[in-house]
Amino acid sequence: MIAGMKPDAAAGPGAEADGGAGRQWKRSKFGALGLGLVIAVIFPLVFTNATISNIAVQTVIFVAVASAWNIFSGYSGYLSLGHAIFFGTGAYAVGIIARDWQLNGASVFALLPLAGLIATAIAIPLGLIALRVRRHTFVVITIAFFFIAQLSASNLSITGGSSGLLAPVPNWSPDTFNDPFYYVGLVIAIGTIALSFLIRRSRFGLQLRAIRDDEDRAVGLGVRAMPVKLTAFAVSGFITAMAGGLWFYFLSQTFPQFAFDPLFDLAIVLMAFFGGLGTVAGPVLGALVLEPVQLYLNLRLTNDYLSEILLGVLFLVVILFMPRGVLPTAGEFITAQRARRAER
Amino acid sequence: MTTILRTDGIAKAFGGVQALSGCSIDVAEGSITGLIGPNGSGKTTLFNIITGYEKPDAGQIYLGGRQITGASPQRVFAAGIGRTFQLTRIFPRLTVLENMLVASQPRASQQGGSHGRRRLGNPLARSGGAADRDRAMYQLEFAGIAGHASALAGTLSYGQRKLLELAYVLIADPQIVLLDEPAGGINPSLIHLISDRIAELNAAGKTFLIVEHNMEFVMGLCQHITVLDYGSVVAAGPPQIIRDDPRVLDAYLGIGEDDDEPAA
Amino acid sequence: MARQILEAIADGILGGGVYALMAAGLTLIFGVLDIINIAQGILVVLGAYLSYVLSVHLHIDLFVGLAITIPVMFVIGVAIQWLFIRPLRGSERTSMTLLACYAVALIIEGILYWVFGPNFVSLNAWYTQPNASVKIFGFYVGDIYLFGFGLAVAAVVVLYWLLYRTTFGRAVRATMQDLTAARLIGIEVNRVAAITFGIGVAITAVGGMMYGATTGAFSPNSGYDLISRLLAIIILGGLGSVGGAMAAAIFMTTAEALVDIWQPNWAVAVFYLALILVLLFKPSGIFGRQAARAQ
Repeated sequence: MIAGMKPDAAAGPGAEADGGAGRQWKRSKFGALGLGLVIAVIFPLVFTNATISNIAVQTVIFVAVASAWNIFSGYSGYLSLGHAIFFGTGAYAVGIIARDWQLNGASVFALLPLAGLIATAIAIPLGLIALRVRRHTFVVITIAFFFIAQLSASNLSITGGSSGLLAPVPNWSPDTFNDPFYYVGLVIAIGTIALSFLIRRSRFGLQLRAIRDDEDRAVGLGVRAMPVKLTAFAVSGFITAMAGGLWFYFLSQTFPQFAFDPLFDLAIVLMAFFGGLGTVAGPVLGALVLEPVQLYLNLRLTNDYLSEILLGVLFLVVILFMPRGVLPTAGEFITAQRARRAER
Repeated sequence: MTTILRTDGIAKAFGGVQALSGCSIDVAEGSITGLIGPNGSGKTTLFNIITGYEKPDAGQIYLGGRQITGASPQRVFAAGIGRTFQLTRIFPRLTVLENMLVASQPRASQQGGSHGRRRLGNPLARSGGAADRDRAMYQLEFAGIAGHASALAGTLSYGQRKLLELAYVLIADPQIVLLDEPAGGINPSLIHLISDRIAELNAAGKTFLIVEHNMEFVMGLCQHITVLDYGSVVAAGPPQIIRDDPRVLDAYLGIGEDDDEPAA
Repeated sequence: MARQILEAIADGILGGGVYALMAAGLTLIFGVLDIINIAQGILVVLGAYLSYVLSVHLHIDLFVGLAITIPVMFVIGVAIQWLFIRPLRGSERTSMTLLACYAVALIIEGILYWVFGPNFVSLNAWYTQPNASVKIFGFYVGDIYLFGFGLAVAAVVVLYWLLYRTTFGRAVRATMQDLTAARLIGIEVNRVAAITFGIGVAITAVGGMMYGATTGAFSPNSGYDLISRLLAIIILGGLGSVGGAMAAAIFMTTAEALVDIWQPNWAVAVFYLALILVLLFKPSGIFGRQAARAQ
């Protein structure tokens, strides 16, 4: 019987059950991380093809989004199917402010944290209402709020109504046009991953995860559920909005159904599930695998419906056969193999 | 004998069912008090009310002289009452050690008044400093499950979960521990272990209030027993007296003293 | 003005009946299986499309066609539950069932797009024409609504009979109240779950036909709008309460019809605002039970 099953790439507290082997595993993990970082940084310098760098930009954006979603939903167990609210808010915030203040070029990037703050300002009242109910209802409320957001974007004149918004187009060199977007996105993604890691092993993260397992019991032991959940929700929204703003600037335009897309939430949930819900590396892996696949399919398949069907099928496959996600399932598989080898 | 926990005339109804009426119990400081009674007599309801999971319709609850009636579960916990559940509640996807760390939060009563109830500190600080971990491991060793510290709590057996729940309730160093059927559904050797641990802790000064159906366990461990029937106290006293009290037999079996031995 | 208001109220009540039908199935599924079937919206649309096919290609009357669409949708419902929901286990079961339903919805929507394309279609019959109406109390009530009302009454009667007068219905109600106890007394909970899901979906055959007949036109995209309204309705009415769902449906559609007089663009927001207001004061919904099950 294996004493400790670690579903998470990041080490939890407590003694390593397998002493030396554990330390070796940790060192190789650090090595892999470092390598990954280097690859990520030099990626656009090596792959200069516009299509590839295009996919890369959107991928890092979704790495950030999936990780941010996981920080809230993965750790707390409250599934939010309304994160598109933050994404769209970020997009529109950047769009409206850039338009009204006539910004262009690199200064638009400075708007991202501002977009994040606006999203946080929305997240707090939203969270105060939505986080008081049980999980079933919470999911539904997030969906309801999502539709309100989409409706608002379509009907308010400040948002350009159903024709949407245009982003300023910076006059950077066309060869490296995608690079600034990529690096900004990379910074956000790495920051989010680091934050996710820190949260997971912190007292705050412990309380979140306790809430996920048994909220009433956690509350009975002194965990202050609402502030904890709300903080995670707000942080998650902040990051998602920044990602949305970047995405909008990169794609140069948006309109209500695009910025507030019901498929958005499903996609990031799938990414987080695919890689392993509630882990640090899981959403990253999910985004790294699924976003390029999705974009590629969108390029190749002229019919939206086929990608929709595929998304749905893929989701069912993951849920039915790898419910804990690829990483944890793979981890268990490896652990089982090690046990089998040890028994011989 | 100083009373550490006292309830005074607690009444509680659920719909048409009067679960508790005029329920008044006394728990002496430093004692192991048993709370027994047939199914439906209101024992778990009383626990729920004392620990804040339910609000009483009438009556008061006093902890060491202070009224705690209607306090929320977390306030009750902070005031020094720990409690386990009939259906053991642990955090299955946290490790055993992490389960302990959730409960080991700085409580208001433990910190100096000048700190106030909230110490912000660094929210991202690693959970559980060295001191917390040491205390956690100590409790886990005491409970005999320290070897599973890194295992996910969900992989523990039923008996081990009971021990874990007891351990993490103890780590908060409560004044009084309420145990809801600690001997339920586990094998005799484990029951002995739990019984010994409780006796050990009691010798060191901890008060226990135990709901149990296992009469051998109760009679062997408790110094004082309170009997509930239909939501109020029908008898209270040391085990030898309670064992032979006709009202107790009546409560359990609905018969007078001229009938068979209670199956207990 | 007064006339407009009265008309809006009448529209609201009639329209509410249709939504009540659709919502009843959803809340029934929740009550028995403890899952929120997010696919219900697109299933209603599917029901509408089935009626469409029967009507346009086989010239079968909409109401008569129900004899075919109801069993078909029932089978689809059972299949969905059996294939995708029953196998789910583990601590994340509730979340995963929700997502599984969402995935199924996506697949069905994609298939509908594939087969029918993105264009709007509508259900037509002699009784859906604007001039096919009856004058009641000085208002014109469309024939379709009258028939639909009769249909809804019939549906409620059948449902009531099923739930309260048959052994199966007893089993369903037992499972609703206590899953473990139901198992213990020999109720085949899996079978009950599958059949209940099937019934919940079969109702969408009826709801779908009514929806298609009373709404101007629909397309595969209509599912989103529908499900968001239905979700708002069942939460407002209280998860698991069929009566609550019906009351909430009528209340919300009436409110929307009223707001529509002044602000057509924002009328649908009424749904969500009502939801938020109720949740602020009574998180379990107007007729909701307290959280009986652990999360």
